[in-house]
Amino acid sequence: MASITLSGITKSFGGNRALRGLDLDIADGEFFVLLGRTGAGKTTTLRIIAGLEQPDSGTVAINGQDVGGRNAAERDVALVLQQYSLYPRLTVRGNLEFPLRSRIRKFSEDEIAARVEKAARTLQITPLLDRKVERLSGGEMQRVSIGRAIVREPQVFLMDEPLSALDAKLRESLRVELKALHADLGATFLYVTHDQVEAMSMGDKIGVLRNGQLVQVGTPTEVYTRPRNTFVARSVGTPQMNLMHATMGAGSARIDGQPVDLPVAVGEGEAGRALTLGIRPEDLVLEGGAPLEARVFDVEDHGVIKILTLDIGPARLHATVSAKTHVALDEVVRLGWRPDKVLLFDRATGENLAYG
Amino acid sequence: MSAVRTPREVLLNRVAVVAVFVALFIMLAPIYWIASTSFKPRNLATTVPPTILFEPTVAPYVKTFVKRSQLRGPVEEEVYEAAPWWEQLVLDGGEKVVRSPSGEVKPSGYGQRFMNSLIVAVVSTIFAVSMGTLTAYGFSRFKVAGKDDWLFFILSTRMLPPVVVAIPMFLMYRVVGLNDTHLGLIILYTAFNLSFSVWIMKGFIDEIPREYEEAALVDGYTRMQAFFKIVLPEAMTGIAATAVFCFITAWNEYAFALIMTNRNAQTAPPFIPSQIGSGLPDWTVIAASTVLFLIPVAIFTFLLRNHLLRGMSFGAIRK
Ligand SMILES: Nc1ncnc2c1ncn2[C@@H]1O[C@H](COP(=O)(O)OP(=O)(O)OP(=O)(O)O)[C@@H](O)[C@H]1O
Ligand SMILES: [Mg+2]
Repeated sequence: MASITLSGITKSFGGNRALRGLDLDIADGEFFVLLGRTGAGKTTTLRIIAGLEQPDSGTVAINGQDVGGRNAAERDVALVLQQYSLYPRLTVRGNLEFPLRSRIRKFSEDEIAARVEKAARTLQITPLLDRKVERLSGGEMQRVSIGRAIVREPQVFLMDEPLSALDAKLRESLRVELKALHADLGATFLYVTHDQVEAMSMGDKIGVLRNGQLVQVGTPTEVYTRPRNTFVARSVGTPQMNLMHATMGAGSARIDGQPVDLPVAVGEGEAGRALTLGIRPEDLVLEGGAPLEARVFDVEDHGVIKILTLDIGPARLHATVSAKTHVALDEVVRLGWRPDKVLLFDRATGENLAYG
Repeated sequence: MSAVRTPREVLLNRVAVVAVFVALFIMLAPIYWIASTSFKPRNLATTVPPTILFEPTVAPYVKTFVKRSQLRGPVEEEVYEAAPWWEQLVLDGGEKVVRSPSGEVKPSGYGQRFMNSLIVAVVSTIFAVSMGTLTAYGFSRFKVAGKDDWLFFILSTRMLPPVVVAIPMFLMYRVVGLNDTHLGLIILYTAFNLSFSVWIMKGFIDEIPREYEEAALVDGYTRMQAFFKIVLPEAMTGIAATAVFCFITAWNEYAFALIMTNRNAQTAPPFIPSQIGSGLPDWTVIAASTVLFLIPVAIFTFLLRNHLLRGMSFGAIRK
């Protein structure tokens, strides 16, 4: 199997800098998710690793070996794209056999049949084998694309938003299947998405990409609980993390426009510093006697939990509370938080002070 | 598919159907005219008003292929009886079939011209389409320095009427010995069709998502293999459409064929009117050779009709 190392990759299209000195380390056998908004450079990164695009500078190494001199065929990576990745004139079987019939591989007919058979069984597409791919549904097409990737048993799987064209339900079930597949094959997966739920639920590690640079790499928990800056904080979690302008006091902080000081974990940030406070919706608590006064603006009932939208003066916050909580619209409630969960970001740079 | 239609739409539809029939009539009338003339006895070919009902004869087709000369007097009975049926048809028309001293029938030359037409049109079409497709692929997929300028330059070769260069071409061809050769005409027609072929094929290839080829590259194929296995089958509609246009252009070309060839490599278009000759023209023979001349294009277009229909709607609605 294989590790992937990108160092100092830059790539421009005309005057548009898609990647700016990207460094990325993916360990052997890891399920690495690259999360980024549209235009962040996710697809470009994959294409450079696959050898479909030449970086302007920087090196790509697979398994410690610089693959700069190898073309796409020689890199032994498999690529699954969002769409258009199936050959339209072939049957499902033809598509699955296609990579095995390449001249650089030389598999016997028996071997080809066996591998197609196995891949089809894994992905439960055996009944589709003799269908033309044009007639398949979106979910079936993506299964076949994944199948075409796995028949070769490559060292590295590159997936570019393979599920984004599917409906929510199918996406969920394929997500589970892909994870199972990863566990099964033990290969290195680099999975690209703009969907933070996908990133959080699938990745061993998440890399957050912004404007062609990695902002943070870490396990889903790390990225969720200790975001490096406000950008990452906003990128993961639904509803989004609450971010408020505040000013640092001694062991406490005062949200701009609020009359009371709120406790925060001490140790970071000197008094008087302009901050952005970050608090996850589930770390807000409603209880009598809590310091803040808030008005209920909206209640969304999700069954297990309720998501409240609360107005505190000029700011609007989200709080996730147990579904048993009963509040009415426009009701005035008392709001507090768990001090150890409050994150402090520098207001000017957006950097998390904990990372100093 | 049958969507709900308002009375207004139904009326418009009727009008459209009538318009199509009128257009069809206008297009088909000349073909009917020439085809019916080709089956008429010579004396009915130019009557005023035109003869609609007549007893069809294949005599014009026989005459198209054999060399004939005017009979000086009536034919002797035994000679007429001994002649095969097709020769009798010629004799009926007051002409006799010219034979060599050993008794073999001399051909009129139409067959050979027809073959020349086929060779020149088919080969130049193959060249124009294959070179055009490869060029278009290059322009479509790779960074080419000055791409737009090149494409414009290629198109600009179509901007002056080809006849303008006929005389200089003729002089150059004479120097290099390409006059009256198949190769000479093939080169001319290929060059003439190439710009068209590049532009049309570029349009079609641009429509084929690159993702197909890229998937093939990652799957372990070379660029060339990906081109042949993936792009070419996808481009089939475009290739068919381009081939039909190139074939028709080469097949119908008259001016260059007239100037550049005379005996060896002459194609049918300059030959057919040359039969008019002096004296009273035999229009039935002209009509018969014209009808035969139409057949290859009809067959070719018919064979490619499925591709063509898809080709026409390409880009608007696909699949
Ligand atoms: N072939 C290209 N030519 C010109 N610009 C390009 C090309 N490919 C990518 N770009 C630009 O590079 C930047 C990064 O593109 P990329 O496709 O990598 O983004 P992405 O993160 O995959 O976005 P998305 O989520 O929309 O797929 C974008 O600004 C894009 O416009
Ligand atoms: Mg993308």
